[in-house]
Amino acid sequence: MNARSVVGTPQAGRSLHRFANPGQFLRLSGAVLPWLTAGAVALTTLGLVWGLFFAPADWQQGDAVRIMYVHVPAAWLASAGYMALAICSVLSLVWRHPLADLAAVEIGPVGAGFTALCLATGSLWGKPMWGAWWVWDARLTSVLVLFFLYLGHVALVRAFDDPTRGYRAGAILALVGVVNLPIIKFSVDWWNTLHQPASITLTGAPTMALSMLWPLLIAAVGYMLTFAAIVVARTRAAVMERRVRGLLMARAASDGAEAPVVASSGEAAPERAAAERAAFQAAAQESAR
Amino acid sequence: MTRKRRRLWILVACGLGLGSATALTLSAFSDSLVFFVSPSDLAKDAPNGRTVRLGGLVEQGTVVRSGGPGKPVATFRVTDGANSVKVTYAGILPDLFREGQGVVTLGTLQSDGTFRASEVLAKHDETYMPKEVAEALKKSGHWNPDAGPPPPASTWNTLAGAKQPGS
Repeated sequence: MNARSVVGTPQAGRSLHRFANPGQFLRLSGAVLPWLTAGAVALTTLGLVWGLFFAPADWQQGDAVRIMYVHVPAAWLASAGYMALAICSVLSLVWRHPLADLAAVEIGPVGAGFTALCLATGSLWGKPMWGAWWVWDARLTSVLVLFFLYLGHVALVRAFDDPTRGYRAGAILALVGVVNLPIIKFSVDWWNTLHQPASITLTGAPTMALSMLWPLLIAAVGYMLTFAAIVVARTRAAVMERRVRGLLMARAASDGAEAPVVASSGEAAPERAAAERAAFQAAAQESAR
Repeated sequence: MTRKRRRLWILVACGLGLGSATALTLSAFSDSLVFFVSPSDLAKDAPNGRTVRLGGLVEQGTVVRSGGPGKPVATFRVTDGANSVKVTYAGILPDLFREGQGVVTLGTLQSDGTFRASEVLAKHDETYMPKEVAEALKKSGHWNPDAGPPPPASTWNTLAGAKQPGS
């Protein structure tokens, strides 16, 4: 990779790259992950049990309103996860941040999962309340587009033999898709939709009774920690996988040097992988400075 | 200018271009992005037999249910305050359907000015409250559910500092 651009990093970039060192990331995330997981399990359970069993029924929707405690946090995390994917993509495209590449690859499937949960529970909620499983209004359609953007990213980053090209293409796709986020958020305000506008806004009082708002907010924080915990665990696994592959390739290469017969049976792959590993380590070392 | 800085500016420029292109496209097509039209839109330009979605509130005291068992027929007026359209619908209405409730109906405008619907969807607002709060608001005279949406949340939700009525 271009180590030249990393040298001469301005002051802001240096603090950004302090966490680019995979070793540092593994140490830090290893310390944080158990707490993250514990918080995620505790708060998600608390929020969902409270919402599904103890929160009051709605005056007009009755018990069907309880789907909200599963649906709304999933919807928030679907958008927030895409925002995280976009931030990783900027770090990847502009600063060539090696960890951001790996994180983006790992965020994709998790975000797609949360979006699928949002769409499925929304459909289950729509049938008894609206009278339809699905309508093509602006809110529902834009969230479906978000789901396809996630799936497209998942497919695209894995579609290249050279992973670096996959990261670049995926990052560009993710950034193009960012235009969808404000459309999702404001679709219910800009156009007539069957979906109701937001109950919780920055400007006004929430139009939701507090006895329902508390479990919703707790479930939302729980979902957020769950999302973070899964992504951190997956990114750790990806870093370690990469290290193991690098070690195996290095051994294969050194074995090959000693015994040419073995090397000739293999193709050029070990050499490319070794070069890739060297580049990754070089970038990480540069970043750590 | 470092390569990093250059890449950042290229990204910002692409983002601005893409963002404004999307904004222009959306504003150009905003007429077809709406899920339903209001009775006033229908009065302004008639769809000439095209199938459209008509949305609004069910007007007070206009719901007439008829038809035999298994074949319910309902007529009601859908209003947006300024105009209203008479709607006939043969079929089962959703649970949330009532006077004062938002609905979206799919159908065609007949030559006699009535709207024949083949589908009626209920639209609910963004207000969520327990039955007790709704009862308290009704009892205290702050709100009549048949007359329209609940009063502003700041008057009944405790987060806004107001006392929850009836509590």
